[in-house]
Amino acid sequence: MPDLSIDFAGIKAPNPFWLASGPPTNSGYQVMKAFDAGWGGAVWKTLGVPIVNVSSRYGSINYRDTRMAGFNNIELITDRPLSDNLHEIEEVKKHFPNHAVIASLMVESRDEWEQIIRDVENAGADGIELNFGCPHGMCERGMGSAVGQEPVVLETIVGWVMEAAKVPVITKLTPNISHIVDPGLAAARGGSDAVSLINTIKSIMGIDLDTYAPYPIVDNKGTNGGYCGPAVKPIALEMVKELAQHPEIRHMPISGIGGIETWRDAVEFILLGASSLQICTAVMHYGFGIVREMKTGLLEFMEQKGYEKISDFVGLALPNVTEWKHLNLNYKVVAKIDQEKCIGCQLCYVACDDGAHQAIRVIGSTESRVPEIIEENCVGCNLCALVCPVEECITMEHRDQGIAPVTWDELAERGKIPTTFDDDLAGGKGHHVPRPEEAFKFRK
Amino acid sequence: MNPTEAYYESSRCLFCYDAPCVQACPTHIDIPLFIKQIQTGNISGSAKTIFESNWLGNACGKVCPTDVLCEGACVYDNQHVPVIQIGRLQNFATQTMIDEGSNLCKPGEGRNGKIAIIGGGPAGIACACELRMLGYQAVIFEAKDRPSGLTVHGVAPYKITNEEVLAEVDFLQQQLGFEIRYGQQISSQEDLQAIEQEFDAVFLGVGLGATRQLVLPGEDKKNVVGAVEFIEDLRMQHHRIKVPDRVVVLGGGNTAMDAASESARMGATEVTLAYRRSRSEMGGYDFEYELAKSVGAIGLFNVTPLEILGNERVTGIRMIRTSTANGKVVTIPDSEFEISCDMVIKATGQAKQGSFLAMIEGLELDQKKRIVVSSDNYQTTNPKYFAGGDAVNGGAEVVNAAYEGKMAAQGIHRWLESKQE
Ligand SMILES: Cc1cc2nc3c(=O)[nH]c(=O)nc-3n(C[C@H](O)[C@H](O)[C@H](O)COP(=O)(O)OP(=O)(O)OC[C@H]3O[C@@H](n4cnc5c(N)ncnc54)[C@H](O)[C@@H]3O)c2cc1C
Ligand SMILES: Cc1cc2nc3c(=O)[nH]c(=O)nc-3n(C[C@H](O)[C@H](O)[C@H](O)COP(=O)(O)O)c2cc1C
Ligand code: SF4
Repeated sequence: MPDLSIDFAGIKAPNPFWLASGPPTNSGYQVMKAFDAGWGGAVWKTLGVPIVNVSSRYGSINYRDTRMAGFNNIELITDRPLSDNLHEIEEVKKHFPNHAVIASLMVESRDEWEQIIRDVENAGADGIELNFGCPHGMCERGMGSAVGQEPVVLETIVGWVMEAAKVPVITKLTPNISHIVDPGLAAARGGSDAVSLINTIKSIMGIDLDTYAPYPIVDNKGTNGGYCGPAVKPIALEMVKELAQHPEIRHMPISGIGGIETWRDAVEFILLGASSLQICTAVMHYGFGIVREMKTGLLEFMEQKGYEKISDFVGLALPNVTEWKHLNLNYKVVAKIDQEKCIGCQLCYVACDDGAHQAIRVIGSTESRVPEIIEENCVGCNLCALVCPVEECITMEHRDQGIAPVTWDELAERGKIPTTFDDDLAGGKGHHVPRPEEAFKFRK
Repeated sequence: MNPTEAYYESSRCLFCYDAPCVQACPTHIDIPLFIKQIQTGNISGSAKTIFESNWLGNACGKVCPTDVLCEGACVYDNQHVPVIQIGRLQNFATQTMIDEGSNLCKPGEGRNGKIAIIGGGPAGIACACELRMLGYQAVIFEAKDRPSGLTVHGVAPYKITNEEVLAEVDFLQQQLGFEIRYGQQISSQEDLQAIEQEFDAVFLGVGLGATRQLVLPGEDKKNVVGAVEFIEDLRMQHHRIKVPDRVVVLGGGNTAMDAASESARMGATEVTLAYRRSRSEMGGYDFEYELAKSVGAIGLFNVTPLEILGNERVTGIRMIRTSTANGKVVTIPDSEFEISCDMVIKATGQAKQGSFLAMIEGLELDQKKRIVVSSDNYQTTNPKYFAGGDAVNGGAEVVNAAYEGKMAAQGIHRWLESKQE
């Protein structure tokens, strides 16, 4: 059986599934329950000078019948006294010496940093995570994302921490920034042992149509909160990749966070360079038991691919994530509809006709509702396959053009790219577009 | 179930905590987990989750009365939303793996110990699988020429085909390598002694016997048959069976429902389901009765047979009306009547394997002739013998036999270990 255990920047854990800092790691009770359920590590709810929270704290995006496709919160760091937390960390380490307990920290002055680092190390924490991410409440007080958005400040604080800390240090980054490499570089320059990302994204979940207050509502008011859950995964994946590919950052192990709920999500983060994973929303939704799906799925994947340990496949997708200008412009796919599988909803037809390139035709008879692809019009955009409700009914097939691959960069070098408004080299020149008046044939 | 349906259906599962469906499954399959695994495309993991708890997971997905088990417990029902189709999802996962011939399980590291299993029904097969996982050698002695007991010979054919049943056993046998010796009816003291000598422990998975005699005048006439025998014939030589026009089925359990449904499906035009108590006291599940009614069977309640009429061959049945007083069935004087019919199917219970079991020294049976076992390890009062399935529970479902066979294997393992210390 494959081995799930990891050594993440010197922090050892029986598996890569860690609880992210948040409500599920608020107490020793929860962390021990989680370890018993199979979690490999836990990043404690961020410690610091305790705060006071509001009531009504979370909001959610329900996408049709799917609850919590996206989730947000306006909670701050821990509201429990430091000594209670330290005592419980000690307790957890006594029962689970081989699991990873990482103390997430957020304080202001250098003195405070030095003091709290000493405290959590004495309590037995295996590592420290610096919370430079929280996008609400804390940043207004010059902490959290206020630090994460200021690379110079971030680098300075990481420097203080590195001087004080004996255990490995992970710097947690905020996604509320235009270029994730900037804080990534600052963390590297400050000497951080590792990075974790993403923290939550600044968001408003919606507006109540009676009170006109944003969710979650606190006495008829609300504020921007931090967005997370399945909806943020694509943003997190991209940011993980940015850091994993950067020559001055990639020496640091990455802990991937953001929307992880299934083994597939986990594998995707690992393939893009993460070597441990943190999960918050999925646990808040389903409880600690969700880890049994992730673990069995990951093991099954590793067994099928013949991997023995996690490090065997960390970052294997990175060479395939390139810049747009390096993509092969001569590669062509076209849509194909499986006549047997089609159920006749015609969503593909209307998607292509109204939202893409008019490359699908319907016969308009009652006999058959199965649409047809007009291959010469199909640009291979995928839209029809994406909207099709039937598994594997519309597939994208490769059409060998019999021409050598060529990229935008190469075309540019050869001076073969469009440069004027009506350039003959325009990719869509001569491509079929119906005459405007043909739109009227749909008038009833 | 096709992949699209499996995708949508699995998406609906709420992943309940301490899920009621898991509690309702006699084998406690981790249902939310296997459904989530289907959802995430981990079909092999899903099938593993199923087989880990229930070695006959594929058959059970088809033959289990899910309405009263897992699906009956689904919380969606509290909201009047259609419940998750757990049985069909279960089949989707296991059938996909069986069709692919995937390798899902490996036998455990070899251990000293050889166990004989008498009876290759669901209980015996489950016991053999679990023993192999624990590393023991397992040999099944089966009287008939194919495995699976009543799953092939008894369960109504519309639920599962013989091919499906046999394919699952084949799939398990290929991976786990237990031996089945067919045509080996264990029927004498000598047979038993030979087994006791060669093996370290014995599992009894012999099920129940033939349909019990009613002791009615005329019971020996042609076309008076036991329901289990009738269904077995049907399953083994479907194409050669001809069911006459008018059939009376005696009984109120699920076997009676099956016999009535099947007679109607096989062409009988008048099928009467005669039960000695009232409709509400009938042991058969509601959905089974509804199914029998939907194919044309008619229920006749509070009646009991007195005599089977006819010369050589049955031509009718004389009945009397009954009522229930203090839980007991009493006949109503002067209420006799006759029904003409061409066939009488007795679905009034199977006899126990009493005479065979009596040959085993020190084996205690309860008043109903069920083998007495300890509830934690399924050991009988003869320590070398363990037992499970219909022979122990008096006749339940495939899923119960599968569970008890598996638990007995674990009991055997613990017993052999403790003997070594
Ligand atoms: C008509 C009918 C319909 C049913 N429908 C359903 C249904 O829809 N769903 C469901 O879940 N359950 C159903 N059941 C119940 C289910 O089939 C049984 O509970 C289950 O098969 C019991 O398994 P078992 O292994 O204990 O015994 P069996 O299945 O009876 O298997 C016993 C095996 O032992 C063999 N054997 C017996 N004595 C000896 C011996 N001395 N030597 C060697 N071999 C021997 C037999 O040949 C047989 O193969 C039905 C039962 C009947 C009768
Ligand atoms: C209610 C809530 C509270 C959180 N509190 C913290 C915190 O105290 N410290 C921290 O570093 N991150 C905190 N987070 C962010 C999570 O650790 C995580 O980075 C983020 O939720 C993305 O992961 P997810 O999609 O798995 O939830 C919190 C998230 C939520 C939902
Ligand atoms: S989950 Fe519900 S019950 Fe629990 S604290 Fe929040 S609002 Fe209260």
